[in-house]
Amino acid sequence: MSAAAAPTVEASGLIHRYKATVALDDVSLMLQAGGTLGVIGPDAVGKSTLLGLLAGARSIQAGRVRVLGGDMAEAAHRRAVSPRIAYMPQGLGRNLYADLTVAENIDFFARLFGQARAERRHRIGELLEATGLAPFPDRPAGKLSGGMKQKLGLCCALVHDPDLLILDEPTTGVDPLSRQQFWELIERIRQRRPMMGVIVATAYMEEADRFDRLVAMHAGRVLASGAPSELRARTATATLEEAFVALLPEAARHGARRLEIPPHRTAEAAPAIVAEGLTRRFGSFVAVDHVSFRIARGEIFGFLGSNGCGKTTTMKMLTGLLPPSEGRAWLFGEPAGGGGLETRRRVGYMSQSFSLYAELTVEQNLNLHARLFHLPRASIQPRVQEMVERFGLLAHRDARAAELPLGVRQRLSLAVAVIHAPEMLILDEPTSGVDPLARDAFWELLVDLSRRQGVTIFISTHFMNEAARCDRISLMHAGRVLASGTPQELQAARGAATLGEAFIGHLREAETDAAVVEAPRAATPPGIGTRRPGGAGRAALRRLLAYSWREALELRRDPIRLSVALIGTALLMLVFGFGISTDVNRLTFAALDRDQTTESRAYLRDFSGSAYFGERPPIEDAAAMWRRLQSGEIVVAIEIPPGFGRDLRAGRPTEVAAWVDGALPFRAETATGYVAGLHARFLAERNPGSTQTAAPAVTETRFRYNQAFKSVYAMVPSTIAILLMLIPSILMALGVVREKELGSITNFYVTPVTRLEFLLGKQLPYVVLSMGNFALMFLMALFVFDVPLKGSLAGLTLGALLYVTAATGIGLVMSAFTRTQIAALFGTAIATMMPATQFSGMLQPVASLEGAGRVMGELFPTGHFMKISVGAFTKGLGFADLLPFLLPLAAFIPVLTMASVLLLRKQER
Amino acid sequence: MVRALSNILWLGVKELQSLRHDTFLLAFVIYSFTFAVYSQATGVQHDLRNAAIAIVDEDRSMLSGQIADAFLPPSFRRPDIIAPPDLAPGMDAARWTFVLDIPPDFERDVRAGRHPVLQLNVDATAMLQAGIGAGYIERIVANEVLTHAGGEAALRNTGEAVALQLRIAFNQAIDSARFSGAMAIVSNVTLLSVLLAGAALIREREHGTIDHLLAMPLTPLQIMVAKLWANGVVILTAVAVSLVVVLRWMVGAPLAGSLGLFLAGTALYLFFATSLGIFLGTVARSMPQLGLLFILTVLPMNMLSGADAPIESMPLPLQYAMQLVPSTHFVAFAQAILFRGAGLSIVWPSFLATAVVGAIFLVLGLWRFRRALEA
Repeated sequence: MSAAAAPTVEASGLIHRYKATVALDDVSLMLQAGGTLGVIGPDAVGKSTLLGLLAGARSIQAGRVRVLGGDMAEAAHRRAVSPRIAYMPQGLGRNLYADLTVAENIDFFARLFGQARAERRHRIGELLEATGLAPFPDRPAGKLSGGMKQKLGLCCALVHDPDLLILDEPTTGVDPLSRQQFWELIERIRQRRPMMGVIVATAYMEEADRFDRLVAMHAGRVLASGAPSELRARTATATLEEAFVALLPEAARHGARRLEIPPHRTAEAAPAIVAEGLTRRFGSFVAVDHVSFRIARGEIFGFLGSNGCGKTTTMKMLTGLLPPSEGRAWLFGEPAGGGGLETRRRVGYMSQSFSLYAELTVEQNLNLHARLFHLPRASIQPRVQEMVERFGLLAHRDARAAELPLGVRQRLSLAVAVIHAPEMLILDEPTSGVDPLARDAFWELLVDLSRRQGVTIFISTHFMNEAARCDRISLMHAGRVLASGTPQELQAARGAATLGEAFIGHLREAETDAAVVEAPRAATPPGIGTRRPGGAGRAALRRLLAYSWREALELRRDPIRLSVALIGTALLMLVFGFGISTDVNRLTFAALDRDQTTESRAYLRDFSGSAYFGERPPIEDAAAMWRRLQSGEIVVAIEIPPGFGRDLRAGRPTEVAAWVDGALPFRAETATGYVAGLHARFLAERNPGSTQTAAPAVTETRFRYNQAFKSVYAMVPSTIAILLMLIPSILMALGVVREKELGSITNFYVTPVTRLEFLLGKQLPYVVLSMGNFALMFLMALFVFDVPLKGSLAGLTLGALLYVTAATGIGLVMSAFTRTQIAALFGTAIATMMPATQFSGMLQPVASLEGAGRVMGELFPTGHFMKISVGAFTKGLGFADLLPFLLPLAAFIPVLTMASVLLLRKQER
Repeated sequence: MVRALSNILWLGVKELQSLRHDTFLLAFVIYSFTFAVYSQATGVQHDLRNAAIAIVDEDRSMLSGQIADAFLPPSFRRPDIIAPPDLAPGMDAARWTFVLDIPPDFERDVRAGRHPVLQLNVDATAMLQAGIGAGYIERIVANEVLTHAGGEAALRNTGEAVALQLRIAFNQAIDSARFSGAMAIVSNVTLLSVLLAGAALIREREHGTIDHLLAMPLTPLQIMVAKLWANGVVILTAVAVSLVVVLRWMVGAPLAGSLGLFLAGTALYLFFATSLGIFLGTVARSMPQLGLLFILTVLPMNMLSGADAPIESMPLPLQYAMQLVPSTHFVAFAQAILFRGAGLSIVWPSFLATAVVGAIFLVLGLWRFRRALEA
């Protein structure tokens, strides 16, 4: 297709809703080849939805999207163009794999696009050079700073030379220097690939000035579009932030005005917060490095810095949540953390994550906190009412916190933090993700608290304009305070035009100090020839194996999952193998011998001498007998009546009573049999050559397969069957749904990987791991439990292979339609535990089950493999004998795979 | 003190409100105490039930027909009459647990007093049925042959010098629905209480609300105790409903003993299990890790408690070790109270052991909880 004529992206009339929320309401936009388009606006939902639709990650509800000359509603077109689109979803490193190293991450993406080894190596080297990540190819992605994560994300996006680059808030939460470097990088790449279109969503208005065109969005609608200069001119404003506010509809702008902050009067004597040399180490990592400051009462003090620079850790040390490794801090003159509950009552804390109970309503949240702070009972209602009114929560009073828009939620958080009228507020990034207007409203509340009520406010932020509103700020980076002072002082000291520039200046200085070589300047941007992969089949296999390779790497680096898989299997095998036995022996019995003659003692001697019974002290009377049976101390009580010996000698008929505890049915049945047997033996011994032989026919019982009738020969092979179901299915289920929860599933949505490739690729490592489990358990059966293999090893191994494929298949089905790891975990546990342990023939043959249990037993793989396992181990079946069970087992595999392919979506809703 | 109690009360109420909105966990609780209990009570038999039997009838006489007719439900399925070559494959495939081979000329030999031999093949890998069933079948065959040979009189005339009065205490009919059902409830109590408490803690940590709580004038002990009582109440209610509605009404299982005493014991056990759950919640860093840890601890606790197989059958060292685990005591007193009608004078040692181990885990959990916050 000719690239020049058709626009790269053309969207019209897009409408998208999530249940009641409208994310997009009739949105249209266009991007020419080689152009840049910025989507600006506060509300994260609308922008992300829009970008997801353009990238093909979300399915279109209404409206039209044409990208690179085709309709994105068509699966065939999406598949065809996905190698030409690169999409970086919102969130720092959201599409990266934290356990994989920098190089491995890029390598994985290259494999997804079917690149051969030599090409991959070349590209990885080039991209690492270009982004300044070259010194750290072996560092796990999870251990990178925010800025480096975003650069790595960009590497991964660019590895296949896209024609369209879609970046969703790529710089949110990144320090200003990294932000600047990031944009410079994009600029250089564009020079190399002039036809590449770039769409960026951003919440930083000051960044938006770099783009050719802007689309300003609010509440799912496009407010205006045009070049940045046009927007400013149209609204007659100096900055884009002001332009944006001016563009808002009248209703939304209501009450918007310039925030006036009365000056802080520094007349107080004792400071509210003092920190001296606060240091916190986690292992070898220094999160906070000798931070000192002092904050006066009523002051608004800001911490400015990127994600992960130590702001949160410092705040946690002040609130006593973390003890410092070194240094000290005082709140109101009391040592932090040691001040006891009284000091905590004087402080309100708002943690970074939204820390309210999302399931509770606004009112319930307020009430709960009022009660936990022990407001007098009579004042709770009025105070809650006051908070609801003052923080504009009236309309949301009975709404659950989870359902509130972000801005309202932050107001609720603040309301909760101040419900007990604290003298100090510690606020950890209270405004991230909140739109400018809501941020202003929030700041008005803060200013009011500080200036009118003298509340000391310690706040952290990564917004420059918010930092500028503080009385004093500290610039933080990598655990250290770079500079402190009033915003004006800091600016003046650096001779910078803006606070941001001042900060960047400090950052550059700090980086050269720390000798962190992050020099992206020299290298050539990527973009060698656009070789497309050869044969379709080979490419498909490569993609499949790319997932297998990555999954195996991740598995190897997750000690918990791996140890559960291996040590857990061995442990459970020991427990089950030794613990579950149906051999009934050592049955406790006691005698109530009312006769006390040689004969009665002879009768009881048979019991005491039997290996099946264990004798307990004799019973004194009937009441004691009943009590001891009730307590479970004895299972069998033998009562010999007075005159037993005399009658026996005289040849008069007499009787013995045996009580068997019937509470455990199986044990009762077995005990009954034993008692009857011993009784018969007593009679035979007393009267050799009696009528016994006169039975007209004799039944000769042959215990097949297990002559000794020892339960270990049945239980150990059954245990293998159960554990090979439970553990592989659960590990597999977590393997897929983890990606959904962590967000890296997006890579599957926007790359050419098909559902089948994805599923089989993920399944492969788990099948291999499970076969390892099988080998382990097999060896344990032979050498720990002394259960010999009498039948076909090949049949058993093939059975195990089919079985673990089916077991992981069940895990795949589960994770294809669950959304959270916990749901997948318990869904799988429910779906496997009961059918495997109760209805698959371990205790009760499937043939004897009734109703739902029977159906479950037949339609579940465990029963079939249990027959193979028991058959091969104990019944001595050969390969041909096992075939009838292998076939139904094999039939589960395509059915389960089909089911998961059908249940897995290639796009988000 | 009053403040502490009020904190515990309100934090607990908050737990309940949160749980009410967690549809997933709630559905899991309901499923576990209704459908799961019902299907185990009615589906899994620990006595001889529905045993699959086949007869190789090489005699085809009246007597052999009579023997075949004597195998009746509920203990046996109607026997399949098969040809000799089907015997081995059928047993290999576990289609039948028992195959009785009646030799040719059986009836004639019985009449002639030649004491013919029948062969009973038992699949000795079907552990729960094989032993009991073989005894049943031998008795049934003997009875039929005797009746055939000498009529009713012959049966009575076998009078022995000493008669054995075998009585089954507490469960005359050896009905296993009560056992399976009650043990299912007992196992599910362990399962859910550990899970709910552990998940409640992890959820707070994942949502960041735990920091929030700890920055308030609350102590870790108050937070823990609130979780204990709130989750305990939920499970205890579920247990009561499950026992009365599912087991007594729907399954029709007779329950002996005092329901109140059992619930009191369950409450003690819940004290242990929720403490353990919180302890696990402090060890695990995330929900999936909790789930895996949970499987590794709860599965053995349940399997070895005596709820599935009698505890006397386990190797002695394992039996002693399990005495330290309250699930064993829970099973012991549940069986004593519900099946044998035991009173407090009998079960108090189990109660005491449960309470002591529970207290140990509460302290451990508290210690880990405080420590985990610092990591």
